[in-house]
Amino acid sequence: MIVLTIAGLTLREAFRRKVVWALLILTVVLLALSGWGFSRLIGLDTELGTLTSGEARLVASMLINLIMFGFSLIAAIGTAFLAGPTLAGEVESGQALALLARPVRRSSVLLGKWLGLLTFGCGYVVLAGLAQLLVVRGVVGYWPPSPAGGLALLAAETIVLLSLALLLSSVISPMASGIVAVGLFGATWVAGVVGGIGGALGNEGVERVGSVSRMLLPTDGLWRGAMNAFQDPSALIQMGPEGGFPFLSDAAPTPAYLAWAAVWVAVVLGLTALSFQRRDV
Amino acid sequence: MTSADADTVARVTSSTTAGALAELPPSPAVWCSGLRKRYGRRTAVDDVSFSVARGEVLGLLGPNGAGKTSVIKMLLGLVRPDAGEVLLLGRRSTDPRSRAAVGYLPELFRYQPWLTAAEVLDLHVKLAGADVGASERRECLARVGLAQRTGDRVGGFSKGMQQRLGLAVALVARPQLVVLDEPTSALDPVGRVDVRDLVLELKARGVAVLLNSHLIGEVERVCDRVVILDEGRVAASGTLAELLGQREVRLHLADVDARAEERMRAAGSLARSGDWFTVALASEDDGVTVPDLVRDLVALGVRVHAVEPVRISLEERLLAVLRHEVPGHQEPGHEEPAGEEARHVTELARSRMSTASPSTGPTSASEEDT
Repeated sequence: MIVLTIAGLTLREAFRRKVVWALLILTVVLLALSGWGFSRLIGLDTELGTLTSGEARLVASMLINLIMFGFSLIAAIGTAFLAGPTLAGEVESGQALALLARPVRRSSVLLGKWLGLLTFGCGYVVLAGLAQLLVVRGVVGYWPPSPAGGLALLAAETIVLLSLALLLSSVISPMASGIVAVGLFGATWVAGVVGGIGGALGNEGVERVGSVSRMLLPTDGLWRGAMNAFQDPSALIQMGPEGGFPFLSDAAPTPAYLAWAAVWVAVVLGLTALSFQRRDV
Repeated sequence: MTSADADTVARVTSSTTAGALAELPPSPAVWCSGLRKRYGRRTAVDDVSFSVARGEVLGLLGPNGAGKTSVIKMLLGLVRPDAGEVLLLGRRSTDPRSRAAVGYLPELFRYQPWLTAAEVLDLHVKLAGADVGASERRECLARVGLAQRTGDRVGGFSKGMQQRLGLAVALVARPQLVVLDEPTSALDPVGRVDVRDLVLELKARGVAVLLNSHLIGEVERVCDRVVILDEGRVAASGTLAELLGQREVRLHLADVDARAEERMRAAGSLARSGDWFTVALASEDDGVTVPDLVRDLVALGVRVHAVEPVRISLEERLLAVLRHEVPGHQEPGHEEPAGEEARHVTELARSRMSTASPSTGPTSASEEDT
């Protein structure tokens, strides 16, 4: 009950603070621009001649990943900067005083916030991602092999990042928690690209950078899984295995990796609860 | 013993136990013992113990940094004490249910700026798990002077209005204990009077109030008892009568001999400054001590030029305690008999304080804050 009340409050904050409306406008603009861009792909004159509709679909499948990365970035930054103020900000401003003096467990408050942020972040990536897929289907006629799985993995990536942002916001200042969370998200993505280059060059040491970073923060691993779900399988055959190209992925995540991501989220949430429980407000 | 006998015994035992429980006085609204809190190397609260009986208004006084807000936050589970125990309305404060019937106005009052005043109240009613109807919530907002602003966003409220909203939040879930931390810091004089009336109204309804305020006049008017904190410790505590009650009488006399001095000593402890004599009297005014003393002095041939009653204000008392001019004063038996633990609190406090001789000084108006 308390969990749902707090989750509702968190969502209401996102609406009332016009976060949702700002994102909606931004997303509609992005969708319109991408629709226009995809429509230009067909019949595009290149140095190699005009793109056929088949080639256009191949390019579209890669561009989808680029745009989806944009959406996941928006969701990541959005949830990270929402999660920051939600714990640390409320403690700093004094809003938490009256709230936590009620007969509520801090873990319930935390879980409620997490649930609210999760609904917001996942709702955003799923809806914006689905809209993007429909735009591409309408314009180029491309439909990814596993749209639901891809969107679910994008949502999972958002959950990982918002859990991290919540943990950080329970120990450091709101602004710092947002910056650190987004910074770590970017660093893991870069480490993944570096690992991909290492793999292409056959350098095991460099390749391990990507593997280790994917374990430490599962955002990049989940993102690669999402890309794999969105891309045209023929793209890999055409382009060769990954080859350092950051917007193609050679494999779906293993069930073991997905289980690790779930454990990672649970552990981070547990640590956040422990830290929040002990915090003086 | 047959099973019927066993049933009878069980019934009798159970009814006796229930009866005994019903006869016990209710647990205090607040009971805390040995609270300690350190922030880094600074000790903010050091061995603080006190209790607030049901329906009692307790004032928490002390200078800035005395640890008043830290104590309040420890009572409400907002700050973890390094040591000590807290019971709220009979439950350990580590149990969130102990706060089910507690209303709290924090010193730093901030409410969700994107919500309306009515929505903030709705939220707190839900969190408290209370069954408070819409009309009662509206009445609550009207009681603090926000009847016209129920649908307005809190973000547009002035500080004073936010504090009024905070009062409504503290009162909305039918509390049995209300903790008010500097409730008038942002209020105008009218608002302060409103708060005073509100506290008196709560007291009349049997709701216990813990009031932390710098406005001594406010405390003096509404509180039954006062705890004075200084440097994180209880410097003094007691009922207002105990803290202020020791009356004195100053006499300007001539031709005083040993017999006259002896007579004055019989009335109370005596201090002399030239022709002025100050006699400390018992706190209860029996109506005859002073007239009899004057009659006897006259009979002994003393010339009486002036007789002035002296009563110190809480402000003077507080300043005297904080300046260590007099030790804190506590009369035995002032604590509510709320059980063994409460008596323990009394003993703890008593062991640190000794009954003091009263300070002297002319009557002065207490701080006019309203």
